[in-house]
Amino acid sequence: MGKPTDLVQGTLDVLILKTIELEPMHGWGIAQRIRQISDEVLQVNQGALYPALHRLEQQAWIRSQWGESDNNRRAKYYSLTREGEMYLREQQAQWSRLSGAINLVLETT
Amino acid sequence: MRWLHKLPLRLRSLFRKQQADQELDAELQFHLQAQIDEYIAKGMPVEEARHAALRSLGPVTQIKEECREMRRVNFFDNFVQDLRFGFRMLVRNPSFSVMAVLCLTLGIGANAAVFSWIEGLLLRPFPAVAHQETLVVLAGTNRASGDKVANAAGYTATSWPDFLDFRANCKLFDSFIADKIMGTTISIGDRAERVAGSVVSANYFDALGVHPLLGRGFQTADETGRSAHPVTVISYWMWKERYHSDPEIIGKTQILNGVQHTIIGVAPEGFYGTFVGWPIQFWVPVSMQEVFEPGGYKLEDRSQRWIEGFARLKPGVTIEQAQEEASTVAKRLEAQYRATNRGQDIKLLPLWKAPFNGATEMLPVLSITLVVVFVVLLIACSNVSNLLMVRAFARQHEITIRMAVGARQGRLVQQLLTEGLILSTISVVGGLAMAYWCRNLLAVFFATSGVEAHLKGQIDWRVLVFSAGVCLISTLMFALVPAMQAGKVDLADSLKSESGSVFGARGKARVRSILVVVQVSLCFVLLVSAVLLIQSMQRIRSSDPGFRTESLLTTGLDLVAAGYDETRAKDFQTRLIDRVRSLPGVESAALARVRPFSYTTYSSGLINVEGYQPRPDEQPEAEYNQIGPDYFRTMGISLLSGREFTDADSETAPPVAIVNEKMVKQYWRGEDPIGKRFQLKDKWLRIVGVARMAKYGSFGESPKPFFYVPLRQDFSLRAILNIRTSKDPTLIAGDLARIIHDLDANLAPTEVITMRQHMNRSALRSQQVMVALLSIFGGLALLLAAVGLYGVMSYAVSQSTREFGLRMALGARQTHLMKLVLSHGLVLTAIGVVLGATSALLLTRLFATLLYKISPRDPLAFGLAFLAMTTSSLAACFFPAWRATRTDPVRALKD
Repeated sequence: MGKPTDLVQGTLDVLILKTIELEPMHGWGIAQRIRQISDEVLQVNQGALYPALHRLEQQAWIRSQWGESDNNRRAKYYSLTREGEMYLREQQAQWSRLSGAINLVLETT
Repeated sequence: MRWLHKLPLRLRSLFRKQQADQELDAELQFHLQAQIDEYIAKGMPVEEARHAALRSLGPVTQIKEECREMRRVNFFDNFVQDLRFGFRMLVRNPSFSVMAVLCLTLGIGANAAVFSWIEGLLLRPFPAVAHQETLVVLAGTNRASGDKVANAAGYTATSWPDFLDFRANCKLFDSFIADKIMGTTISIGDRAERVAGSVVSANYFDALGVHPLLGRGFQTADETGRSAHPVTVISYWMWKERYHSDPEIIGKTQILNGVQHTIIGVAPEGFYGTFVGWPIQFWVPVSMQEVFEPGGYKLEDRSQRWIEGFARLKPGVTIEQAQEEASTVAKRLEAQYRATNRGQDIKLLPLWKAPFNGATEMLPVLSITLVVVFVVLLIACSNVSNLLMVRAFARQHEITIRMAVGARQGRLVQQLLTEGLILSTISVVGGLAMAYWCRNLLAVFFATSGVEAHLKGQIDWRVLVFSAGVCLISTLMFALVPAMQAGKVDLADSLKSESGSVFGARGKARVRSILVVVQVSLCFVLLVSAVLLIQSMQRIRSSDPGFRTESLLTTGLDLVAAGYDETRAKDFQTRLIDRVRSLPGVESAALARVRPFSYTTYSSGLINVEGYQPRPDEQPEAEYNQIGPDYFRTMGISLLSGREFTDADSETAPPVAIVNEKMVKQYWRGEDPIGKRFQLKDKWLRIVGVARMAKYGSFGESPKPFFYVPLRQDFSLRAILNIRTSKDPTLIAGDLARIIHDLDANLAPTEVITMRQHMNRSALRSQQVMVALLSIFGGLALLLAAVGLYGVMSYAVSQSTREFGLRMALGARQTHLMKLVLSHGLVLTAIGVVLGATSALLLTRLFATLLYKISPRDPLAFGLAFLAMTTSSLAACFFPAWRATRTDPVRALKD
């Protein structure tokens, strides 16, 4: 079934959480936003996006709600829960620590 | 709190699957539409945009499946699927299923039954009593070494003044409950019946949370004033049987032990008092103690310890905290009342450790039985495990195909475990039914005459939880190994023919052989234990209690209940003894207050021995019995020096006593004490004889100081009558009934039995129950192990027809094949026996306390167990071996 590795999976989770931090978004929007913000560097594999969303919802980090999209279609909007916010903050802190450390190593040697 | 969010999601995944699936469809549809819109906006033609969007999303069905997987739908789906499939497989193989369910039902049922006994007799022994978990037992202890008056477990009762001090000074307790079992004889319809009653503190019913069905419980005032409050609460049973459920019962009177009592309440149905083993039929307040409990008025005497009490802890208080507080109070009492409380402390115990009721007897019996039934469960599980493995072989084809089409090993294990779970769930239902039928079984084993024993198992939610746990554990035990084995199928290997290999040497056969070895060794341990207990019981039966039990009859007379006063009773006893002695065939007869080996406790008291200086921490105390003239001759206890009591030792004569050997050794350094004196209460007793040691309460007791006083000098209205005669008990019973009827038409003696019978009933009860239970379970284990061995051997033989055919074709004779198969089975047995013997050597020590004069390593027990095991193994292997010799070489080689 070709599951993504833990690192990639974990990263996608954080990206999704970060993306919907400000406002509720639907799956399509999340994929677009990640691509735009990362200057087209990160291409979200759409096949992996929805399982990830469903998993995050199962974990109770995000919740979903049906709403109207910009062009008046019914879409499923995802937003962060309190637990999700806490988890995101934790993950962000960990990510900065990790990337800072990697940068440090790469720059000094 | 995350589960609060998760739960509805999980439930939705489970029960509103369709809606969830529709939503998923809609969500993906929206995504596609948005992508198409974008492509069209970039200038793609509509049709092309559709295709491109589908391509960029990827395989839709797989995404959906993954989403479902994420929502854990699949787990349940698979489970339901496995369940259906499992049922189909079980129905298709009825003989296998019935066999497996039978084995497991026996195993699980035995466990559920024993646990329901433990629940109903030890953990929550008092049905209808609220919050039994906060109840503790008050047991006295005495640090004074050597001559403590304590029961086998080392505990004493509590005195009423001490009890009041605990009640007044302990703050961590909700209530203190005094309780002492006693008995009386009442007439129910036209028969006289012995019933148990309790002397209790006034708060008894309130503190236990039991509300009388009619009337009320006792009031605080009922506790004071010597015999001033003749009131009683009667049991539901008594109300129904004796008073025919009279709704106007309150205020009526009932004579109890010769005293008119006013009935003030009726206990609710299902409340049997607070004594494990006997249903209590009436309760009276402590102020009535003197009427029911021999030994005079004890409520003002701190040295008289007779209360078997309970206490209820305040919510949240641990038994350790409460213990600390109670011990502090006990220390204060000890300092304040040196004369009576030297070395006296109090110990709080959980209900199941109660040292003074049936729990004492039940605890060792039930804990050992629990271990035993667990072993039986293990054996049953390994049998089912074996069956499953045989079936896994038969299903190899199916399993191989499943693997070939891509089933993961984990999925396969899940499937096989589900099948196991079906088996054990069916068995647990059967097992609980079995436990329900067996809940009165202990009472049957413990049957005594007169009062019906009350030993009832209880099936409540804890038993259900326990059984569910046993069910899960056993599923893992019996299904995991076969499931793992099945999952290990090597596709290439399974294509090869199985029948080509050598007898008894295949990998899977090895796992099954190991199971058989385990079964044999477990079974061996049980057999050794059963034989040890049987031997021990035989030794007890033939051991010497210090008196001659043959041609000795015993019966009892309750003159208290018949309303006699002391003068009339003495007159009656004198005439009775004279008449009995003159009966033809009667050698001698004597009265006594207490019959040896009975629940009635001997009197006990602090003694002060002239010329003996006790150690600072020592408080000389001894038990004694009140006996009539001719007692020693009748009982067959020899006197080492001095004389028996005679009619001359009457109430007006100087007080005398006969002491036992141990007492002589302890207080007179073994010198002949005839003519010496000791003080009991306020009387100085002169020693007139020394009696040989005897057993007084049980075979297991260690020698203790004991003495006898004349019945006339310490009178009791309730007495037993021992008769030495060579005549048959039934003949004597007839004569006796006639004599008593002549003397008083309203009086009947209790059942006339031989002393042996009496001892079998009282002292050997738990031994007999243990022997019965272990024999049942040992036999069951032997049967299961034999079935297991038979299964393995006959399967091995059926798989090796080709080899046997070849051997025969090469000239092997039938005896050779017979030997080959038998020796294989016997090797397995031998390994099992060696392992079993080793574990038995370690394990049987655990119940050494139950064994009487027999080493837990007794070679005879091991030998007999070995014999039984080998014989049944031979029997189990014989048929498979015989079948091996019937192999037709031509057919076997052709196939």
